[in-house]
Amino acid sequence: MGETIAMEMPPTGPERAAWLKHKANWIRLSAMTMNHHAKLGHTGGDLSAADILAVLFLGGILRVNPAQPRWPERDRFILSKGHGAAAYYSTLAARGFLPVEQLKTYMDPLSMLNGHPDRNKVPGVEANTGPLGHGLPIAVGAALAARMRKESWRVFVLTGDGELQEGSNWEAAMTAQHYGLDQLTVIVDRNRIQQGDFTENTIRMEPLAARFAAFGFAVEEIDGHSTAALFDRLSHLPLESGKPSCLIANTIKGKGVSFAENQPAWHHGVPTKEQLATAAKELDVEGAW
Amino acid sequence: MSSPTSSTTGRQLFDCRDAYMSALEEMAAADPRVCAVANDSLSSAKLKNFKEKFPDRFINVGIAEQNMVGVGAGLANGGMIPYVCGAACFLTARAMEQVKVDLAYTKANVKLCAMSPGMAYGQLGPTHHSIEDLAWMRVLPNLTVIVPADPVETAAAMRYSLIHEGPMFLRIARVPVPRVHGDDYEFRLGEAVRLREGSDVTLIANGLMVCRALDAANALEARGISARVLNMSTVKPLDREAILDAARTTHGIVTAEEALAAGGLGGAVAEVLAQEHPAPMRILGVPDVFAPTGTAEFLLEHFGLTAAGIERAALELLQREA
Repeated sequence: MGETIAMEMPPTGPERAAWLKHKANWIRLSAMTMNHHAKLGHTGGDLSAADILAVLFLGGILRVNPAQPRWPERDRFILSKGHGAAAYYSTLAARGFLPVEQLKTYMDPLSMLNGHPDRNKVPGVEANTGPLGHGLPIAVGAALAARMRKESWRVFVLTGDGELQEGSNWEAAMTAQHYGLDQLTVIVDRNRIQQGDFTENTIRMEPLAARFAAFGFAVEEIDGHSTAALFDRLSHLPLESGKPSCLIANTIKGKGVSFAENQPAWHHGVPTKEQLATAAKELDVEGAW
Repeated sequence: MSSPTSSTTGRQLFDCRDAYMSALEEMAAADPRVCAVANDSLSSAKLKNFKEKFPDRFINVGIAEQNMVGVGAGLANGGMIPYVCGAACFLTARAMEQVKVDLAYTKANVKLCAMSPGMAYGQLGPTHHSIEDLAWMRVLPNLTVIVPADPVETAAAMRYSLIHEGPMFLRIARVPVPRVHGDDYEFRLGEAVRLREGSDVTLIANGLMVCRALDAANALEARGISARVLNMSTVKPLDREAILDAARTTHGIVTAEEALAAGGLGGAVAEVLAQEHPAPMRILGVPDVFAPTGTAEFLLEHFGLTAAGIERAALELLQREA
């Protein structure tokens, strides 16, 4: 594995969940600060995904190495909902893949931090995402590569829920089932809101768990804001041997910030300075950076 | 393997898919990173044997081209070198965004083998023709685009693709063609192959139009016209020097491709000439229409994509009587 950058280890036992929640809230405030800076961004989805990202990267679930981002045997994490870039970059910074200072350049001219992630510019990014429905096929390919190379790395992909309206996801799901890719875990950020409206008013996603199960996944629904539940489930994968896993993480778009919660308008809402101050208070974080 | 011969010229003809398949199997035997991804059509992509020889390195995603290209990108992420093989029409049009984002933008080390391109599927019609692919593929940054002329170049380009880091689009011809390259041919990316010297006019072609350009050059010679023939198998990166040299040292350029006349090889050549050395030019390809019903050979004839058509265009360009 070579040189490593020491990871701040989460406490074990009952304090872990609160510690991870605090990290997630830092990611939330950092992402909001970035969106405020860029006057652009996708605040709602950044906030819904924060706990998932914190547990994966800061809870020690992912076997990755910031000193060697392309370490061949690493676990792969693919952010299929590429518009959650601000939360993702904040998470990567917290894990040591890039300096926190870099976050201040979000979407600035020529910044490495584009509005959607670019693996050729940002260490730790596995796939260039942004158009929806791309992450799962790539994740399936990376899982197949692990099998061909007889390696034990695992592949995690975080999708939005509206994103699952793209047919390519279900093409990839069929492949995952056919090849029995149990090193693959799909996490759905089920915040129930897409850009224009609630998902169920747009194109009904339910019964989502049954759909994934019908496509051959072992499925579990969990509270996507419970860092304890996330840590527990993500520590015990696959859900079922021989099957790809799907965790439907029930989340709230805009989670943690009262004025943004469950508001379709906050899909790409940008906070004002005053709203940032309110958010910091509600998230109990003293300014991100 | 016995090959058919042309009824008009008596030349031996080859299906370039055989050369592609042999090269792919050789490479897979030598390099454990080589794998193949298919979308159901094992026989048209000639992968049946590959599947038997390398079952663990063969992925069939079924009829799902968007997923197929994404899976290719993921395999490359995992250190494999995937050859993603499918009918050119579906591989490009159906998976265009995946080719753009997952491969070109990402610089993924994935090789697209676009089978049966152009009008190879003849009577099956415009849904199955792939005459738009050169225009679509060549505008994508980072994507290398190669259109081999014969089985020798197909095999050489395949072998080259393995050492080339980055995404590549290879057009693998199905319409039988004669050999235009010798056994000692070495593929060089971005270098036009000067198959024939000439000083009056330059014929630039690729794919199955190369042998037709050579035949046209012979016919022009009989009329006392000296025609240079360039095999521009690399459409991207383009050999600008060979084009500019042709513009400076001959009196005009005729391009010929089995693709739409808009946006492909001819378009690429025109972009160079218009900005750096304007020269008289004719672009031969499929005009702005979807093809009518007919065999590949009929359609090539129909659109003047023949030696006679190239000869005619050269004469026009030189303002000579046909």
